[in-house]
This record gives sequence, structure tokens and C-alpha cells, in this order.
Amino acid sequence: MVLVALVAVLMLVPLGYVVTVVLQVGVGTVAESILRPRVGGLLVNTVLLVVLGVPASVVLGVGGAWLVERTDLPARRFFTVALAAPLAVPAFVMSYGWASSAGWVQGLGGGLLVAVLAYYPMVYLPALATLRGLDPALEESGRSLGLGPWAVFARVVAPQLRLATVGGGLVVGLHLLAEYGAFAFIRFDTLTTAIVVAYQSSFAGPAAASLGVVLAALCLVLLASESALRGHSRLARTGSGAPAPAVRAELGRWRVPAVGALVLLAVAALAVPLLSVMRWLGATDASALERLPSTVGSTVVLSVGGAVLAVVVALPVAWLVTRHPGGTVRRLESAYYVASSLPTIIIALALVTVTLAVAPGLYQTAFTVMAAYALTFLPRALVPLRAGIAQAPESLEEAARSLGVPPLVARVRITLPRLLPSVAAGGALVALGAANELTATLLLAPTGTRTLATQFWAATSSVDYGAAAPYALALVLLSVPAVALMLAQATGRGLR
Amino acid sequence: MTLTAAGLWKSYGEAPVLRTVSFTVGSRERAALVGASGSGKSTLLRLVAGFTRPDAGAITLNGSTLVDDRTCVPAHRRGIGYVAQDGALFPHLTVHQNVAFGLPRGSSRTARVRETLELVELDAALLDRYPHALSGGQQQRVALARAMAPRPQAILLDEPFSALDTGLREQTRRAVVDALDHAGVTAVLVTHDQEEALSFGHAVGVLSGGELLQWGEPAAVFDDPATPSIAGFLGASLLLPARRDGDHVSSALGPLDVRHDRAGDAAAPGAPVRAMVRPAQVQVRPDGSGAGANATVRSAAARGAETEVVIDCDDPTQPPFVLRQPVHALAAARPGVRVLVAVTGGVVVYPAT
Repeated sequence: MVLVALVAVLMLVPLGYVVTVVLQVGVGTVAESILRPRVGGLLVNTVLLVVLGVPASVVLGVGGAWLVERTDLPARRFFTVALAAPLAVPAFVMSYGWASSAGWVQGLGGGLLVAVLAYYPMVYLPALATLRGLDPALEESGRSLGLGPWAVFARVVAPQLRLATVGGGLVVGLHLLAEYGAFAFIRFDTLTTAIVVAYQSSFAGPAAASLGVVLAALCLVLLASESALRGHSRLARTGSGAPAPAVRAELGRWRVPAVGALVLLAVAALAVPLLSVMRWLGATDASALERLPSTVGSTVVLSVGGAVLAVVVALPVAWLVTRHPGGTVRRLESAYYVASSLPTIIIALALVTVTLAVAPGLYQTAFTVMAAYALTFLPRALVPLRAGIAQAPESLEEAARSLGVPPLVARVRITLPRLLPSVAAGGALVALGAANELTATLLLAPTGTRTLATQFWAATSSVDYGAAAPYALALVLLSVPAVALMLAQATGRGLR
Repeated sequence: MTLTAAGLWKSYGEAPVLRTVSFTVGSRERAALVGASGSGKSTLLRLVAGFTRPDAGAITLNGSTLVDDRTCVPAHRRGIGYVAQDGALFPHLTVHQNVAFGLPRGSSRTARVRETLELVELDAALLDRYPHALSGGQQQRVALARAMAPRPQAILLDEPFSALDTGLREQTRRAVVDALDHAGVTAVLVTHDQEEALSFGHAVGVLSGGELLQWGEPAAVFDDPATPSIAGFLGASLLLPARRDGDHVSSALGPLDVRHDRAGDAAAPGAPVRAMVRPAQVQVRPDGSGAGANATVRSAAARGAETEVVIDCDDPTQPPFVLRQPVHALAAARPGVRVLVAVTGGVVVYPAT
């Protein structure tokens, strides 16, 4: 318990940093630097990005999930996977793939295009999981009460999808706020890109800090609106017995347009970036490949370290939440989620400031990078760990104790083996997220340390697209297992 | 190994779940605790197993204290086996590994596993299976084998048959009782099924609202329930309004012999009481065939091997009663037919409400 509270305090360092900045610099100065016209422009860009990007992602994600899960769409299996696959393309690689081939991809329109293509699967996956788990008897009852397919979707299915939609929408929104590489590449300025620029010119000065305050505030607004929209309705499945397979809506004359739309989506989100990477791969010098092995090595070390740290930090909270739930524990858990939803640039700025002030020895060390990864990707470890602990009920430990095994040994022999798959899954998701991480790595990595993402970024910054291509390809390949894992979880075939 | 509980008290928050529960189970004896859900029976078992600690009271096993105000032996040092409701088999271990879990490492381990499996009548071919590949009855037998393998001093069973189908339940129960008998181990079973409780062993206890209302030999408890509600809980019963009349009580069905008097001294001669009879004691005969109260059959309904009749007595002090008996015993009882109703054997007398 004490340990968990301590960790929760550490988790709140980024948020504390934001508050401290406001207090130190003074509300007046912060307000002043925010009210500058340039910042106003950034704010408009960022807000438009979220206001337009989130609904677009929700439409694509929910629509896609409904088509593959509840209609007689042809090649449903293929589309189920194809719609999730863009998750393996990091947003900055998506941006690179589009912008290096099509010059018109720029500004707000370009930013929206690449961000929505990169992030809509974050709505698609939870929507798919919800539709899979939804008892078709509900829809059948709707039909038998005289509702048509559309009315059933609107009045029966959509309310059930609300949790997934709003949750997925929140994740997309948070990513849009935090994204740096994809927007910097096409020179679309948002708060986050401006913070990185300010940081590079004046370090963690007041300019970067006050922009960070605005960004954090936007993030908190997003969190608050999510919990307001989520509602309190009960969505549990009642009754028992195996659910019958769902009756799929017949697309009829909508069949061709539906397939066409999904093919278009797959081409835009997968074929364009991948073909672009392949094209540039042809222009790669042998010299660009020299550093690839050592870069892969340091990427693996840093991201696995971050994963271990995240699992170590998440485990006690997951344990408390599952075995000893209560008000305090729930608040601690939500502190974890709030801290992790802050944009990585804020987490990075906070870690720079805190390490310099408290422990200069930790500044620009591998440990700080790993800590940033752990802070950012903690929920990815927490969710599977919770599920894993729930699968090892206390009654099994009790059974072991009644057989003469001491409590701690019982935990090691019974609960731990049940937990290992979840530890592996959670750790893998964190590691794969960390391997793709760009913003915090750019700020925190020790001088000379190269990861796939920073190498890719260095190459594209000097407009050497050919040199960037192998790193882009490596990033995509590295993400494939994580996406497969997420898809398996969403379709109920994972973690048994 | 004699298991004794004395004055056990346990509450979660404000509400007491167990209130001064005391009982003794003799060495090599089997006892069943029966109660509705929420009566505190599972809590009682968890106290004995050592998973939770009582607020007050003591538990001893063969004279040595397991728990009291000062000491508390942890669950794994009590030497008490525990079979959970769902079996709680370790899902990542095979049958063999599950049963061997509590055994010390050594050469005799496999032999003991096989021996215990034989005891619970399980096929050795199942040894390498995982729990999910077993039927419900097999899982329960493995759970029992696992609990018995380390030769515990006592075994606790928490509703081990409730998840099984009726046919399988009977068969599994018999196998479990035989295995316990053969091993000569002291056992305590909790259940909500009165038939299961009454047939399990040497003693039965009735728990309600956290209190142990009655404890004794199953036949004695069934014959002489402490209250009408216990009587009804243990089996079908009829409560007839009656008046005290010397050694007898008189009712609409005539004078009744008193088998047990639970009305106490307070019931003076002529005072109203209630007489409990079991349905099997009631005889329904065609009119004019001897002694008995005159009555009319209101309705008769088939209930499989039994018939359920509603009978109106001519005597207005006796409300209509519902009786269920084997079909042949109620052959004469058709709707509208005049019958004679008589009670054979003694009744248990309770105070009037």
C-alpha cells in the first residue's frame, strides 16, 4: 500500500510540474504568453485537430467494426485484420509515407489525414471487442419488437458501443494532442510541435513551460469530457447460456459502396505508407544501413527496460485494485491513468526539470528515458495485469494453504504462473510502444544514444528519405506483434 | 481427531455473521452443517480452515488450540484439508500435479497420488489431464483427493456437490462418503440441502442467521426439531392447531400422541399449541372405513410418483391442508370424495404462535 502510494506520487510528477510552473512563473505571465497571437494560432490548430479528428476516427472505427462484425460484408476476415493493421504504422511514418509521395499533404488537412489514418484503429479495436461480446439476443429482441436494422443499431447497439466509442475517442484525442513527429514532418504547427521547437531553442524555459501548461489543460478538459460522456448506464449481459451467433444485416445495394470504402481506407492507411517506404528503400545507401544493428540494439535495451519498469510499477496497483478494491485504491488507479494521459512532451519536460533540480546525475541517462516510457505506457501494462490477477482467484491460494503451503510460497506456486502471460503481454505492449516513441526520446536520451525512431527522425530532418526508409520499415515490423496481440485481445482469442 | 468450536463470533463491519457458535465433532466422525444461503455456514468453515480469524471464541483440534484470543495457527500449519465449492483446482497443473501439490517431495509421492485417486474411485488414466478437461464430478473428486493426499487431521467440505447434476450428485456424494469412511478422517460438510445434511454422517447442525439452532444425531434432529421452522427446513411438515389434553393433544384430526413436547411448561391444560406431523404419518382412507376425522378432498394433482391433495376438514378449527404422498397411498382421494383422515404415530408439540 505504502509502495503504491509512493509510486502514485512519482506518477504525479508531470502534473505537479505543470502546477509548479504556473505558480512559479505566475498566472499573469502564463496568461500573457498564451494570449500572444502566435499561441492563439497554435491553440486553434490543436483544438480543430481534436474537434475534427476525433469524430472522423470514431466514424471510421465504429463504422468499420460494425461492417465486419454485423453485416454480410464479403472477405470479413481480411477486413477485420486490415482495419487494425494501420496501428503498426507509427504516425510519423504514416506522415512520411504520405508527404514524401504527395506534396499536397500539409497543413490542417494533411495533419488530419495522416493522424486519422494512424489513430482510427484505437476506436476500431474497442468497438470490435464490444460488438463481439454483445449478446445478439438484444438485437434480436429489438427486431422482434418491430425495429428495422438501422433503428436496432441506433437504439440497441449504439448505446452499448458508447463506452468503447467514448473511451477510444479519448485515446485518439490524447494522441492527437501528444503527436509531434507526424505534424512536424508536414510543417503543421500544434502546441506540441511548438513546445519542442521552444525547448530546442531555449531549453526548458518559460516559453516551453507555459505552452506545456496550455497543453496539459487541454488534456484535462478532454479527460473531464470523457468521464461526462461515459455515463453510468449498465451494460452487463444478463441471463446465461451461450449466445447465439449474431444475425448479420444484409448490405444489399450498399454492398459495393461499403467494400469500396473499406478498400479505399486500407489503401490510404496501409498501401500508401508501405509502398512509399518500399520506394524510398530503393534509394537507400549502404552507409545508412551500417548503424541499423546498433540502433536496433539500443532501441531494444531502452524499450525492454521501460517495459520492466512499467510492469514493476503497475503490478502492486493491479494487485490492490483486484484483490482489495476500495475508494482510495480506485483514486490511486485513476491518478495513474491521469498521469499517463499527459502528452509525452509534458512528461519529458517534467523529467528534465526534476532530474536537473533533484538528481542531476540522472539527467540524460538511460534510466530517465525508461522512466518516461514507463510513465507514458503504464496503462498498457496495467490492463492485462488486472485481467491476469483476476484470473488467479484468492480461493486457489487458500486451497494451497490448506494443503500445508505457506502463503508466500502459495503465491509463487499458484498465482505467479497464472500471472506470467499477462506480465508478458503487458510488458510486450509497453516495449513496442516505447520502441516507437519519438518525442520523449529526442529530449531525454543520452547524447549519442540512437533509437530507430530518433535515427529515422534525424534522416528525415535532413531530407534524406532514402536513409530514413530502413528505419521506418524496422519500426513497422517491430509493431506487428503488438498489433497482433491487441487484435487477439479485442477478438477474444488472447491471453488464456 | 476431535474438532471443537466454542463460542465462535464473527462479524463483517456491523453485522454479525456468526454468533456464539459451539459444537464438537468426534474423532473419525462426519458432521454436516445445514443452512440457507447467508446463514454463515461458509464463514464458519473458513474460520476452522484458518482463512479468517474469529472475533471471539476458540477452535481446538484434538485438544490443541488452533485459534483463540491469543494464538492463531496459520492455515498451512493446521493440517486441515479444505474442498471448495468449485473445487478450486489449480488450472495450470495436471490432475497428478494437483493431487501431489501438498505432498512432500520424494519417491513415495506418486504412490500416494495413485492411492488417493483409487480412494475417490477415479481412473488413473486421468492423471495427466488438466482440470478443464474433466467433468464436474471428476473435478470434485480430484479436489477431495488433493485434500486427502497429505493425510490431514480433518477435512472441510464447502458445498462440494452443489454444482453437480442430481444424478451425478448422488453418485459423487456416495463416493466421497465412502472415501472419508475408508480414510477414517474427521469431516465437516456445509450444505443448503437438508437431505444431503441428514444423510452425510454422525451429526447434523442447523444454522440460521449466524446461530447454531440445533446440533445432534441426524435421526434425532429430524425426529425432534427444536422449532417448527427447523422442522419445515429439514423436510415437509404439517402444523395442526391443537389443544393440550392431559398426555395428549386434541385436534380436528382427533387425539394425538405426543412424541416430543417442545411447548414447555407454559402450556397449561386446554392451552392452544401446534402439533407437527410429517406427511407420511397422515392416512387418508375412504369414508366409513374406521376411525378418523371426516373431510372432503378439494383437489388432487399428479406430481410424478406422488399426488398432491388439498383437504377440507369438516371441523372449522382446522384450516385446509396440503398433503403430498405416494400415488398409491392417495388412490382414494379424488376431488369431491368424502374421506377419513387420521394420524398415526406421535407428534411434536410447539407453542401456539
